[in-house]
Amino acid sequence: MSAPSGITRVTLLKDLRLEWRSKDAINSMLFFSLLVVVVFSFSFDPSAEESRQIAGGLIWVAFLFAAVVALNQTWARELRNQVLDAYRVSPAPANSLFVAKVVGNFIFVSVLEALMTPLFIAFYRLRSLGPTWQLLLVAALGTWALVVNGTFFAAMSLRTRSREIMLPLLLFPISIPAILAMVQATTAILNGEGARFWMTLLMTYDLVFTTVCLLLFETVLNAE
Amino acid sequence: MESSKVKPTMKRLFPILGVVTAVLLIYALYMALIGAPTEQTMGNVQRIFYYHVPSAWTAFILFFVNFGASIVYLVRRKAAADIVALVSAEVGVVFCTVVLVTGPIWARPVWGIWWTWDMRLTSTLVLWLIYVSYLFLRRFSSSGETPTLAAALAVLGALCVPFVYFSIWFFRTQHPQPVMGGGGSIDPRMLHVLLLNWLAFSCFAFLVCWSRYRLETLQRDVDQAHALESLMAPRGSAR
Repeated sequence: MSAPSGITRVTLLKDLRLEWRSKDAINSMLFFSLLVVVVFSFSFDPSAEESRQIAGGLIWVAFLFAAVVALNQTWARELRNQVLDAYRVSPAPANSLFVAKVVGNFIFVSVLEALMTPLFIAFYRLRSLGPTWQLLLVAALGTWALVVNGTFFAAMSLRTRSREIMLPLLLFPISIPAILAMVQATTAILNGEGARFWMTLLMTYDLVFTTVCLLLFETVLNAE
Repeated sequence: MESSKVKPTMKRLFPILGVVTAVLLIYALYMALIGAPTEQTMGNVQRIFYYHVPSAWTAFILFFVNFGASIVYLVRRKAAADIVALVSAEVGVVFCTVVLVTGPIWARPVWGIWWTWDMRLTSTLVLWLIYVSYLFLRRFSSSGETPTLAAALAVLGALCVPFVYFSIWFFRTQHPQPVMGGGGSIDPRMLHVLLLNWLAFSCFAFLVCWSRYRLETLQRDVDQAHALESLMAPRGSAR
């Protein structure tokens, strides 16, 4: 059997190629978050000063909902033709698959964020008072937090009834501290204030939940 | 099997504990409504505190039991641990709901508002949300894998609790908040009534958990019997 990293690479490349050819996840995420942005701007109609206060929340709510769209598809794809069952009986380590899925989703959501951010800046007339690299760091940490838990819970809700509904029901409560941290960090940086506490919290959250998800994933995948 | 082992002890102990709990609850109710001294500034409204705080403590203990039982289940794979986890989460959510309902009833006359996004209120609400989502998962997943998935979620949920407290603590201390019923020391008579109520509530929670445990065990036995029967049925009907 090839090395765990090899399995991760192959699965990741397969997912990226599938996405590149179909563009299912990225298109639906893009359109969905575009709708959220437009609906929010109608609902609040903010001035430049106000939008700096609320933009952190708006951006992350849009990305959170859009990420759920992608996360719901991530395992459903493996159900077709019993790919997942084949994977379970193969000697390949479960965590290689999990890491590949997490990295794949991380790439999808990051691409979405890169495409949506200019739109946000234009629609809400945003101008950050804090350094941009901090915003990028918060975006990476926050996306990782969403995607690690999201991939894990998507695998969990895979075989439940009405799984599309199940994912947000499981993901949102557990993600509340992470969401709070990303929103607060983003708002603080946009307003030129320090966000060290929130970034540390987010980093710790990422570390703890990545570790636990890796420890528990095999159990969840093989639950009969 | 296991259920038959539980039965004789249960038959003897359960009524005794039931009577003790009933007496304790009545006495605690009397003490909370009449026995305890009236609070100086808040008046009788304060008496809800004898329900609010013990319910909170009981709920937190039950959530902790849920966490422990889930870990035991993940390691040992014993059905009993899973039932304990299920039962403690169910009863814990009920007590947590009591906390979230009695809180605003007290807050309205004292603070003048039903709800504030204060640290304790918010973190209790988030805790409630986490365990409700746990019950949702149990409800929606197919029976064979429910225990494993639920145990994994319980571990993640319990790990989330420190993050919830820490983040909301920082979040809320950064902003001005409505005046809280300031710290200060509590009248020893009030503390006495509070602890008495807590004892009564804990006994009550234990009693409910116990009968719920028994019910769940029976339910699973019945399900198993039904499954066996339906396996046998085609042969029987072919006659």
